[in-house]
Amino acid sequence: MTWEPVIGLEVHAHLKTRTKMFCRCAVGFGAEPNTQTCPVCLAFPGALPVVNRTAVEWTIKLGLALDCKIAEHAVFSRKNYFYFDNPKGYQISQYDLPSCMNGKMILPTAEGNRAIGIVRAHIEEDAAKTVHVGGRTGRIRGADYSLVDFNRGGTPLVEIVTAPDIRSAEEAKRFLQLLRQTIVELGISDAEMEKGTLRVDANVSVRPEGSDELRTRTELKNMNSFNFVARGIDAEIARQIEVWESGGEVRQETYDFDATTGALTPHRAKEEADDYRYFPEPDLVPVEPPVELVERLRAELPELPAARIRRLEAELDLDRAIVLVTGGLDRLWADSVAEGADKIAVANVIANNLVGAGIDPDAVSAKELARLVKARDRIPRFVFDEAIAKLGEPGFSADPYLAQEAVSDEAELEPIVARILEANPGQVAAYRGGKDGLLGFFVGQVMKETGGKANARVVSELVRARLNAP
Amino acid sequence: MAPVIDTLRLTAEEAATLLEGGEVSAGELRAAYLDAIAERDPQLHCFLKTVDESEGDGVPIALKDVISTKGVETTAGSKILSGYVPVFDSTVAARCKDAGLQLLGKTNTDEFAMGSSTENSAFGPSRNPWDPTRVPGGSGGGSAAAVTAGMAPWALGSDTGGSIKQPSALCGNVGLRPTYGSVSRYGIVAFASSLDQVGPVAKTVRDAALLYSIIAGRDRCDSTTAELPEPVRLPEGDSLAGLRIGVPTELNEAEGIEPGVREAVRKAIELAEGLGAEVGECSLPRSVRYGLPCYYLIAPAEASSNLSRYDGVRFGIRAEGESYQELVERTRDEGFGDEPKRRIMLGTYALSAGYYDAFYGQAQKVRTLIIDEHREAFDRFDVLACPTSPTVAFPIGERAADPLAMYASDLLTIPSCLAGLPGLSIPCGLSDRLPVGLQLIGPQFGENLLFRVGHALEEAIGFDTVPLRWRTRSDPVRGQIPARVGSDPTGLTPEETV
Amino acid sequence: MSGLSLTLTQFPMAISREEVLHVAGLAWLALTAEEVDRLTGELDKILDAVGIVAELDLADVPPTSHPLDLVNVWEEDVPRDSLALEDVLASAPEPENGLFRVPTWRQ
Repeated sequence: MTWEPVIGLEVHAHLKTRTKMFCRCAVGFGAEPNTQTCPVCLAFPGALPVVNRTAVEWTIKLGLALDCKIAEHAVFSRKNYFYFDNPKGYQISQYDLPSCMNGKMILPTAEGNRAIGIVRAHIEEDAAKTVHVGGRTGRIRGADYSLVDFNRGGTPLVEIVTAPDIRSAEEAKRFLQLLRQTIVELGISDAEMEKGTLRVDANVSVRPEGSDELRTRTELKNMNSFNFVARGIDAEIARQIEVWESGGEVRQETYDFDATTGALTPHRAKEEADDYRYFPEPDLVPVEPPVELVERLRAELPELPAARIRRLEAELDLDRAIVLVTGGLDRLWADSVAEGADKIAVANVIANNLVGAGIDPDAVSAKELARLVKARDRIPRFVFDEAIAKLGEPGFSADPYLAQEAVSDEAELEPIVARILEANPGQVAAYRGGKDGLLGFFVGQVMKETGGKANARVVSELVRARLNAP
Repeated sequence: MAPVIDTLRLTAEEAATLLEGGEVSAGELRAAYLDAIAERDPQLHCFLKTVDESEGDGVPIALKDVISTKGVETTAGSKILSGYVPVFDSTVAARCKDAGLQLLGKTNTDEFAMGSSTENSAFGPSRNPWDPTRVPGGSGGGSAAAVTAGMAPWALGSDTGGSIKQPSALCGNVGLRPTYGSVSRYGIVAFASSLDQVGPVAKTVRDAALLYSIIAGRDRCDSTTAELPEPVRLPEGDSLAGLRIGVPTELNEAEGIEPGVREAVRKAIELAEGLGAEVGECSLPRSVRYGLPCYYLIAPAEASSNLSRYDGVRFGIRAEGESYQELVERTRDEGFGDEPKRRIMLGTYALSAGYYDAFYGQAQKVRTLIIDEHREAFDRFDVLACPTSPTVAFPIGERAADPLAMYASDLLTIPSCLAGLPGLSIPCGLSDRLPVGLQLIGPQFGENLLFRVGHALEEAIGFDTVPLRWRTRSDPVRGQIPARVGSDPTGLTPEETV
Repeated sequence: MSGLSLTLTQFPMAISREEVLHVAGLAWLALTAEEVDRLTGELDKILDAVGIVAELDLADVPPTSHPLDLVNVWEEDVPRDSLALEDVLASAPEPENGLFRVPTWRQ
């Protein structure tokens, strides 16, 4: 029996507005506890919410970027439950009439475009922060007591819910990378999982391949990176398959995934599902976005990542295009190519060295990058690497690095090559016997001998010539 | 020689005139009311707290204890908020301060404004100044009784299903429940968010209009408020020529309306005709039949959510608990009285899974019907008239054990509250020596019209707001205004002249 | 309730003791046994009376959440002063180092 995973994602992004969703307390990290609070976000008697206009506009903008229908009539709702971090005893959210519905995000893949349905995107407020004191891990289990800081409470969040259209952990990861890049490019959120400005929960079920049934799904929470999300999903898929194949039934539960151990820990079993008793928030009036507003926001949309990936795919392969775009570095690539860099080479350099390095793309000079890439065969490898590492620094110039030529003089290099081959007869025989991969070994040895200063390409040619000579 | 200030009779407008003319100082005026409180409040128990000093050199005012006052304890009549001192002013309290009004104190209320008699206050009931064995009405019985008893020239109350209008009717003074959205709820301890409104309680319609003009208008802190479409006009004049008064059959003839109440209201409506109004019948069948059920689904549902913040974590009392849940559950069980608990349970049930559609969802649709029915009535009429309360003040304890009987007190005030419409109650006569209130219901933002009609009728009726037991024969001030039409509109002996 | 027919209800709406306990659980009210009994009787009567709203066929009637027809009420994203910490904690039953202390969650 082959099984097909059925995955949906719930993503919360913290909008980087200046003030909270329902009051004008400043939002920001690092303040002393409870110093960014007011009667509204503390839920003092008589306090009332007032909507943050920017948060509404940014949510609509995101909805447009996700090809959603923007609701002509959206309503805030109360979600009622008791918890430390929820001072009103309810969270203001959107329920049956959210701001954005029925959109999709196109994932470019080698097999074509995969449309992942976006069921809804809506606005809500974040909960406060609780510190659990006394337990070993600082988590709630085993703690003696808890301390609440309401600074974070009330921060605007946009929640994005996908349809269960995702079919693998890898696809989930790609979706998240693309979604994240989209959100960041709209300027509405930093969307960093490690910093908590992006949170992802996954809903996972499996079904026999080819069927269209929807079996019981579980929820995975508390994963701190896209990689962990993918691994958690894989672990849960495996677990569920085992349950079904051993004749059992998957139960609706919530799991935490521990990335270090790979363990899936179920939350305490609840006797019954929460009854949130949603009803329309009487303290807030509906949102009916004027057509001019929606059109203005639509006009402000930049060319979105998915479209740019398809465009780049014509010149690079798809994977490379995806890496560059989701890394936010495709414009740097385009600028570097315009400055004369070889498009494949500079794509590789950017992909291998700059993506995920935390470099601000706007700080990198495309011209200097292009010069370096053009000279990559000419200068020593270690010099090249050093230069790339410093690309993001202010006022960077390639000049000092370009001045250092790698040794290309064959007369100088030949004796070293000869010496290395003589010293390694076993590997020479193996190479001649068909192990082509050992070329790298010899080149590496020569490079080591020359302290990295030799021109690797020239060395490689010399070695090959010698090895192939009778 | 220090002026004699007869607080039983002095209106706020008169007090303001005395202050402006320098005939009386702010301190003297304040002292007069504090004296009256010292003398009468031990029996009537209107005040939960009096304030020794207050900034402001204007007319003193009392505020219902659901109104947050910075630095002054605000309990909402509940044990769960014992000792709670807000660190911020409600918008209405701030506007009163800005107008220079002096805070006298906080008045008693049914707990969380839930009730029709002020017997649900955790701190003991208030008593009706006309007859202290009877209720002053509720939930704002403290404010209404304080005004009638001369312990404050005027006061602010809050009205959700009649909590301003009904106490004013039972205590014989003027109460306005404003158009929903015309007065800010920021800082008002919330009961039912789509129904709560703050409004004035006063001796005269002009006073009520004056106080309304101080507090009304859009507030950035309350998203459900709107600017008034026109400025508040203090009423003058005595003619009602051209006014079309609708008399909704069901509101005037509902089962449970006492004959004496019906009669006093009928006479007042006749007086209005004498002043030039055209009176006609209209019908609000579903508003009356389904008004109470609709209200007692919507209001408790909203309340059940609004009261979730009372958990012992950030303010208020805290019970013992080994776990967070235990702490919260015990705090709430110990801190809330029976009526809030009843309504929390009712409201939670009405919103719960499987029941939402039949209860809360259905009630919201009924609300639409009620709004529509009223709108149709206002197509044909300018103002609707009916009794405010089906009965005069009832004895303390009579209904306390029967929630449904207590809820029935609001039968006549609730429908227009659900429609978000303004209602003015003015005293129109006596029945069994107790005041009867006439309710005038207006269209949205129709306060100026209500003031005009109320003022003209008030002059014509000539009701003496001083309780019978405190009147003296030689009393020269109010109470002797002859009726404009007919010899004795109330059918009372000269001793009980209205 | 006066003015209403008390006897004619198409949908009898009883509430059981079990349901009362369930609702108390949702509302985080630690009711005593006496309270549960009393409330069951009271709520049963009240629900019976309010349940007459079910008589009406309102399939085509839109619900009203707000009696005043406002839309799009919001504010610019400009910070205003927050409360001073001493005000925030002024009424706190158990403040600790600028935070609100509570017993921890236990099942």
